[in-house]
Amino acid sequence: MTALPIALVPVVSARRAPSTARNIATVARRELRDAVRTRWFWLYTLAFASLGLAVSFVSAAGAGGAGLSGFGRTTAGLTNLVLLVVPLMALTAGASSIASDRERGMLAYILAQPITRTELLLGKYVGLGGALFGCIALGIGACSIIMAWMGAPSSPVAMLWMSGLALLLALAMLSLGFLISVLARRSSVAVGTAIFVWLTLAFGTDLALMGGAIALRLRVQSLLALSLVNPLQVFKLWSLHAIEASLDVLGPAGLYATEEYGRGLHLIFGACMGAWIAAPLVLAALLFSRRSPL
Amino acid sequence: MILAERVTKRFGRNTAVREASLTLGAGESVALWGANGAGKTTLIRCVLGLIRFRGRITIGGHDVLRRGKAARLLIGYVPQEIGFHDELGVREAVRHFSRLKGLAPRGAEEALDRVGLSDHASKRVRELSGGMKQRLALAIALLGDPPVLVLDEVTASLDAVGRGEFVALLKRLSGAGRTMLFASHRIDEIGVLAERVAALDKGRLTSVMPCREFLAGLGAGEVLHLALPAPLRERARSALMGAGFDARLNGVGLLVPVTTGRKAAPFRVLAEANIPVDDFEVVGVAARAEEHT
Repeated sequence: MTALPIALVPVVSARRAPSTARNIATVARRELRDAVRTRWFWLYTLAFASLGLAVSFVSAAGAGGAGLSGFGRTTAGLTNLVLLVVPLMALTAGASSIASDRERGMLAYILAQPITRTELLLGKYVGLGGALFGCIALGIGACSIIMAWMGAPSSPVAMLWMSGLALLLALAMLSLGFLISVLARRSSVAVGTAIFVWLTLAFGTDLALMGGAIALRLRVQSLLALSLVNPLQVFKLWSLHAIEASLDVLGPAGLYATEEYGRGLHLIFGACMGAWIAAPLVLAALLFSRRSPL
Repeated sequence: MILAERVTKRFGRNTAVREASLTLGAGESVALWGANGAGKTTLIRCVLGLIRFRGRITIGGHDVLRRGKAARLLIGYVPQEIGFHDELGVREAVRHFSRLKGLAPRGAEEALDRVGLSDHASKRVRELSGGMKQRLALAIALLGDPPVLVLDEVTASLDAVGRGEFVALLKRLSGAGRTMLFASHRIDEIGVLAERVAALDKGRLTSVMPCREFLAGLGAGEVLHLALPAPLRERARSALMGAGFDARLNGVGLLVPVTTGRKAAPFRVLAEANIPVDDFEVVGVAARAEEHT
């Protein structure tokens, strides 16, 4: 029962362990395949494209037209659609990723292989990020192709901006979803929490901001600063700024932002979104490396 | 090859493993033996570096906590059950884990052939039976011919036929100088696979002895393996001890050494004590002990 001193044990090296990049790529590929194979990916893509087309019809009808309104004029409607659909799919996909593997006993099994926890987490993140990118690109792409085919004017630049910003929003929400997934013991709890977070970000903070602005007589600077705390608001402000080139529609806070920061707003919005992507993911990786996978 | 030094693992106030030290040389096969909650699975999780613990474990000289990736490269692991993704294909699963082990995925066919799953390579994992899933896990564990195999109650979810086939397969494939550490509460499995038995009781490693000695300690005749409802096991043990049987708790019930002509006696004792028996099996210990001489 007595053990040999560690220093006397010869080191056995079978072969080199796979590199970090290789492990991340292996897990990402698997995650991407699983996502595409399951129904959620196609359902979200279909829902996203159908709702996009419906939004353009509604926008056209609101403007007095009778058909598709063209990509530029439906920007506001699509922004609101992205604001609702993209965070929901990214949050729920991220929230169920680690938690469901843990629940099935798969997490411990994978971590018993020559892979680190950070590699596994990043691999899953890259894979799901890729799946979400595919979903957004197919959704917005299909929408703009159908509009162009129907003879409505389209704006490829606006579509690229919308797709890119939607992807950034998806990555921020995916990070938040991963943080929830690492903390939750059960998959159902993780998904439930993700939906609650989505409701809070999509509706709760808007209401709180409106109420706070009236009750506390907030200055425009404070109103703008508080808006930037919510990644959904950052997306909304950024997309309007990039595509419409003006934030006037948002009232005094929008006017203040345009006048005060001008083109520097891209940098501010980018930094805010970057922080929302990086901070929850780094926190999730730190917690994941300390928590038991069981 | 495996070296555990004063390993202690606590979950809150409960100490699952306490100051356990164990050495396994190259090619040696050691069984972890003990009742449910004795600490077998926790010790295995420590060996795999899945949970943090006090003390030190090295695999082939690599510390499992500090150089986990290098240590786990030397290990093939088979758990009690794996919850593979429903849609995952059999061949695809082997290829995926080949990549994770730093191997070329083209060796998948050969790995499946070794465990007799070649004909099922194009199926989805969910279509496989429990025994086949365990064979798939073994195929994955043996990818790259790791020098160490770690198995955690691998036959617990299998029926008698599946268990027998799997143990025979393990016996055939685990040889060739491979070090093996496995948890089991089945004497027949231990008799076939183990060279030494490390007994755990409430987290303590109480003894490490040659398998022959362990089997001899169970009696010269046969052992009745009784599966009983968990809340009744302690009461059943007391009743059998009172009737003169050397009953011992194991993972799913009791082990009762019996002599020829008295195999039914423990059933009478339990019936009188109103204790139902879910299942039973008679294991020939003498034959197993002879295999080890």
